[in-house]
Amino acid sequence: MNFVLIAEQTLNGLQLGVMLFLLAAGLTLVFGIMNLVNLAHGALYMVGAYLTTYFYQATGSFVLGVVLGLAGSLLVGVVTELVALRTLYERDHLDHVLATFGLILIFNELIVMIWGRAAIYSSIPDYLSGHVDLAGGLHYPVYRLLIIGVGLLVALLLWLVVARTRLGMLIRAGASNRAMVAALGVDIRLLYTIVFGCGAALAGLAGLLAGPIYSVQPGMGELILIQVFVVIVIGGIGSIRGAFLGALIVGMVDTLGRAFLKPILATVVSPTAAETAGPALASMLIYLLMAAVLAFRPAGLFPARGT
Amino acid sequence: MSTPRTWILVAILLLLAAVPPIAAALAQPFYLDLLRRVMIFAIAATSLNLILGYGGMVSFGHAAYFGIGAYAVGVLSHHGIDNGWLQWGLAIGVSALVAAAIGSVSVRTSGIYFIMITLAFTQMLYYLGISIAEYGGDDGMRLKVRSQFSGLIDLDDPASFYYLVLAILALFLYLSRRLVNSRFGRVLQAIRSNEARTRAMGISPYPYRLAAFIIAGAMCGLAGALLVNHTAYLTPEFMNWTRSGELMFMVILGGIATTAGPLLGAAGLLLLEDGLQGWSVLPKWVHEHWQLYLGVILVLVVLYARRGLAGLLPGGENE
Repeated sequence: MNFVLIAEQTLNGLQLGVMLFLLAAGLTLVFGIMNLVNLAHGALYMVGAYLTTYFYQATGSFVLGVVLGLAGSLLVGVVTELVALRTLYERDHLDHVLATFGLILIFNELIVMIWGRAAIYSSIPDYLSGHVDLAGGLHYPVYRLLIIGVGLLVALLLWLVVARTRLGMLIRAGASNRAMVAALGVDIRLLYTIVFGCGAALAGLAGLLAGPIYSVQPGMGELILIQVFVVIVIGGIGSIRGAFLGALIVGMVDTLGRAFLKPILATVVSPTAAETAGPALASMLIYLLMAAVLAFRPAGLFPARGT
Repeated sequence: MSTPRTWILVAILLLLAAVPPIAAALAQPFYLDLLRRVMIFAIAATSLNLILGYGGMVSFGHAAYFGIGAYAVGVLSHHGIDNGWLQWGLAIGVSALVAAAIGSVSVRTSGIYFIMITLAFTQMLYYLGISIAEYGGDDGMRLKVRSQFSGLIDLDDPASFYYLVLAILALFLYLSRRLVNSRFGRVLQAIRSNEARTRAMGISPYPYRLAAFIIAGAMCGLAGALLVNHTAYLTPEFMNWTRSGELMFMVILGGIATTAGPLLGAAGLLLLEDGLQGWSVLPKWVHEHWQLYLGVILVLVVLYARRGLAGLLPGGENE
């Protein structure tokens, strides 16, 4: 274990963390404000990845692909909210889980109908595919640095919107007392649609960024969605700050665990035991972390205020 | 106890008992296989109904115990131990232990936290299954020999195995009915209806909910042991989160917090899945993308048919 390896894995952890944050932010806002458990959030991530890949290949311009992909995810999100989810707000969580589980099946199969069951190839333009030399001889992909930059920028923007604008004030008010906000004359249904659409666009953004790194295939959203659940449970449901810090923690723990748990174990137990236990333990690490957090802080590390 | 619904349920079980000779006469062993699968899932759904329906605990990780039960049998068999008493005992015991561990953390929480935590723990077990190469990892492993019960019953005989599953199902339906109507069950339902009032009556919800969670886990562990004997194969997919979702949907489709509901729901969903994939009356484009239509039906059932299939039967039960 040397400096370069540790630094590289730390950056990878940061990259996974900001990706998780983009998904967690939307999910946690939708839950915090509409009290809606949305399992289909991962499907919007998938939609973002597919649309961007498709538009990039069709137009030949990565920027245009990104813009159209984002707009497409926003549109799909708004339509889903208007058609299916709007009737669910008054129902209990069980109905949310089952109905959005049904939506996942529908989304996955629609993707299969259009693009087929196999993963599709997603690429990045030449100007993003190189490496840069960072301090200490670290050679790191530009594209991953871009993801980190975009993620941090979005986090900053979100904080500004939520903390400094009128819309953000309504969002915070909606999260702490929906009925009161509606009684004060705010069009709460419109607010719901806006928030859901923004959440969908953030999920789409995460998906389009993830496309070239992970594989673009049906069901890609569910794998990451469960990690996102861990993030918002650790961070505290409904809290953007919690989502951000939770995402960074989960991203780091997962990445560093997978990279270094085996060699660390090998110094304590026999190498063959470490060979078997290392990967198993590494893949369970974030769930164990979640259990530990819940045992001591049942509402998460950074719970939303006033709820 | 003797409401019209009870008699209908008894009639359904008697009908199920009549299936093996009929299937043999018609030379259609396929139906025996399908209904055995339905009944195994019905056992699992019955166990989930205890906590989901009567306890109000929306567990999105019930497939975990399916997997644990299956792995208990598979792992012992892998090491050459084919004794069914030992295998099934271990399946129930380990499921209860894991349920106690998961429950002790998750039962404290409620609402969305409970949903996500149960889901996440099951996912953890799923990844554990994938990463243990000794037991097949991703691919899973074959069960070379079905559980042996010292000559008492031969699971390789489809009809005997079928009747065993039916007997266990009938027993579990009866037990869950008794449990629900006992003091324990009443307290559990009181906690679901109004936790604050139950507390005010001097009852602490935690031990009741945890006990229900463990009982449900142990019951589902046995269903897992049955399932692995049914398929003679096991993979981590037994614990996949979609499996948990299917179990939940069975409970809802059948009619939540009813005795017959889980059986009706398991039959409804599995026959529907089978039908969408295979019925020749349906066009090919339905077969090809059956999951799309399943998803649509699922959403419609949740939105418009909350009382489930049991709601169609005459006479209310516990409602």
